[in-house]
Amino acid sequence: MSTPTSPRGAPGIRRVRGVRGPTLHFWLFTGPFLVGLVIFVYVPIVWSAWLSFFEARSTVTPSEFVGWDNYVQMLTSGGFVKSLGTFTVFAAIVVPVTWAFSLALALMVNRLRFMRAFFRSVFFLPTACSFVAASLIWKMSIFSGVRFGLMNTVLGWFGVDTIAWLADPHPPWYWLVIVTVRLWLQSGFFMILFLAALQNIPRELYEAAAIDGAKSGWQTFRYITLPQLRATSTAVVLLLLIAAYQAFDEFFNLLPKATWGQPPLVDLYYTALGENQDYGRGSAGAMILTALICAVTLLQGKIMGFGRGDEEYTAKGGK
Amino acid sequence: MPPRSSFDRRAFLRAAGGLAALGALGACGSNTGRGGGGSGDLTQYFHAYGEEGTQQAIKRYAKAFGKADVRTQWITGSNFESKLFSALLSSDAPDVFEFHPQIQLVKAEQIVPLDDIIEPVKDDFVEADLTSHTMDGKIWGVRMIDDPKFLYYRKSLLDKAGLKPPGTLDELVEASRKLTTDKVKGLFLGNNLVDVARPLIWGSGADLLTEKNEIAYHTDAFAATLGTMRTLFKSGSLLLDAPADYWDPSAFNQGLAAMQWCGMWAMPAMQKAHGDDIGIIPFPQCADAGGPSLINGGWSMFVSAKAKDVDLAKEYVKWLWIDQTEYQEDWALNYGFHIPPRKSIAAKADKLKTGLAAEGVELAGKYGRFDNPHWTQAMITAVEKVIADAVRSGMAPEAALDKCDKTVNRELTSLFG
Repeated sequence: MSTPTSPRGAPGIRRVRGVRGPTLHFWLFTGPFLVGLVIFVYVPIVWSAWLSFFEARSTVTPSEFVGWDNYVQMLTSGGFVKSLGTFTVFAAIVVPVTWAFSLALALMVNRLRFMRAFFRSVFFLPTACSFVAASLIWKMSIFSGVRFGLMNTVLGWFGVDTIAWLADPHPPWYWLVIVTVRLWLQSGFFMILFLAALQNIPRELYEAAAIDGAKSGWQTFRYITLPQLRATSTAVVLLLLIAAYQAFDEFFNLLPKATWGQPPLVDLYYTALGENQDYGRGSAGAMILTALICAVTLLQGKIMGFGRGDEEYTAKGGK
Repeated sequence: MPPRSSFDRRAFLRAAGGLAALGALGACGSNTGRGGGGSGDLTQYFHAYGEEGTQQAIKRYAKAFGKADVRTQWITGSNFESKLFSALLSSDAPDVFEFHPQIQLVKAEQIVPLDDIIEPVKDDFVEADLTSHTMDGKIWGVRMIDDPKFLYYRKSLLDKAGLKPPGTLDELVEASRKLTTDKVKGLFLGNNLVDVARPLIWGSGADLLTEKNEIAYHTDAFAATLGTMRTLFKSGSLLLDAPADYWDPSAFNQGLAAMQWCGMWAMPAMQKAHGDDIGIIPFPQCADAGGPSLINGGWSMFVSAKAKDVDLAKEYVKWLWIDQTEYQEDWALNYGFHIPPRKSIAAKADKLKTGLAAEGVELAGKYGRFDNPHWTQAMITAVEKVIADAVRSGMAPEAALDKCDKTVNRELTSLFG
């Protein structure tokens, strides 16, 4: 800020000629993105916020103002609050299981001496399958309730009676169906991430450990491999959480006409877009969800320091 | 550049990017399947009928219209309602569509009255079908087909077990148990049991709504019926999680269940699989005050208020579903069996005059209940949740019904004040 200030009588003539230099480049590069952001994200959010204060059934241009009614309805009617609980259970199961399973896959593939590319591809392939298609396979063939469903056939060998995996919520077998389908679809992708990280661990660390008398196996895994994978693990857990939050397809397809096992997005779908077409309440739910996400994100930033990483990195002088 | 501002900008973009990622979710589900769309074009929505040849038939009729290029959207999947309702709100609304008469379509001004095209042939329609399509004094839809649903059973299997067709719900539970072997389940009422909700209400001596549009289903008898259904659900004699649901005859045809709740449309396919070894009964009586009942469902054609050319859309509906009796007959009888809502066509329907089909027509006339247009989709869903809660999940029937009452009352208030 050491530029000579212009005399008060002739205020910044040169600045009036528009943005230049880095500022211009900034707007040039981010401008198109920002325009899209405003049209496709901020306008809908503001519209949704507006809708949430109106009685908006079967219309997106309502006229009847109802104040906080929609919010009260969403928070007291039970379904929406329950859906937050469902999401918590789901995330608590699927995140650690997928993390452990994809890490195990990566460790196994990494140890292969031949056909490594083949197995890497084989495990990665399910990633290309859609959630809807996989859900239907799980529902109609693997976890079908008839006696010739795959799982029921296997159980039949041991004299176990057929199980209705999805229709009967007690015991909650539906979690097995929902978690395994996601596990099958996702773990290949995260295996690739772990594999890349594993291949980045310097060999010398293992050699040094061997000289120091560390037994290969659990000991080196616990004290070398796992700590070296910390950055990747954190990223994987974060990505898994986001994916779990976005879960919709498998719940929607596997549990129709149910009042349980509905994560927030499915609940909001039924409120706003299903038979009810209640955009007011749907928007109120979306707003509550947005507030929750903001709160969680801020909290997470405070605790784990996500988002500060790059500044700290630069401060330390980079690599 | 001072570092502080760079951080802010970056933080802003990061936050914005995060929101954008969330926003992308909201972008799913934009409607497709519609090209340029000149003025002489019509779009019609149909749910995917399961019978072979149905889609081709609908397209064949549409092509013969000649006055407009009629595009058919054949909506697969089990949530035709939500797809239709979302489309009706958008600028991509279909011009004509099939659905059931429900008053919220009228209240939300989503359909137009069709009195003028029906008037000349009014006397030819079955009285009950006209009544169910009359709301606020006007007729809003043209009935295409009437679809009664029955409880189909395998005569030979019942004989072998020494049973006669069940006349009460308790007998049905008992029969289901006795018919169950390690190969065959006794009964298939659908994977989520929701379709028998109405026969359970009627069978308990209750009704959906009173004349004054108040709740009529919430009775002690219906609550007790739900308790019996819970026992049946947990008995292990119900076929559940079958690959095809109740509306498809596959489970019955493949011998997975000895009895199945299904529509008359599936009758030809069932006869092909089992010949004469099939009997039908209405859904049995559930309480002393009730009696046997069956759903007389069906599909009707409606014209969207948002149609680009309402007159053309009406003309198409008139041409196909009023004038072209040959097509109407073909549609009702040549794929699955449906009862033609036009008396003149029903009189000519030889296929429905003998054997099991004739029995079906008779049962429909005796026990069939037609749509109540004041019973809207939101209320249907609310009662479906009662089945999920009380029968499948084991919630106390009273609690499940109380929960349902709240939703239904809210809907009733918004519709009738």
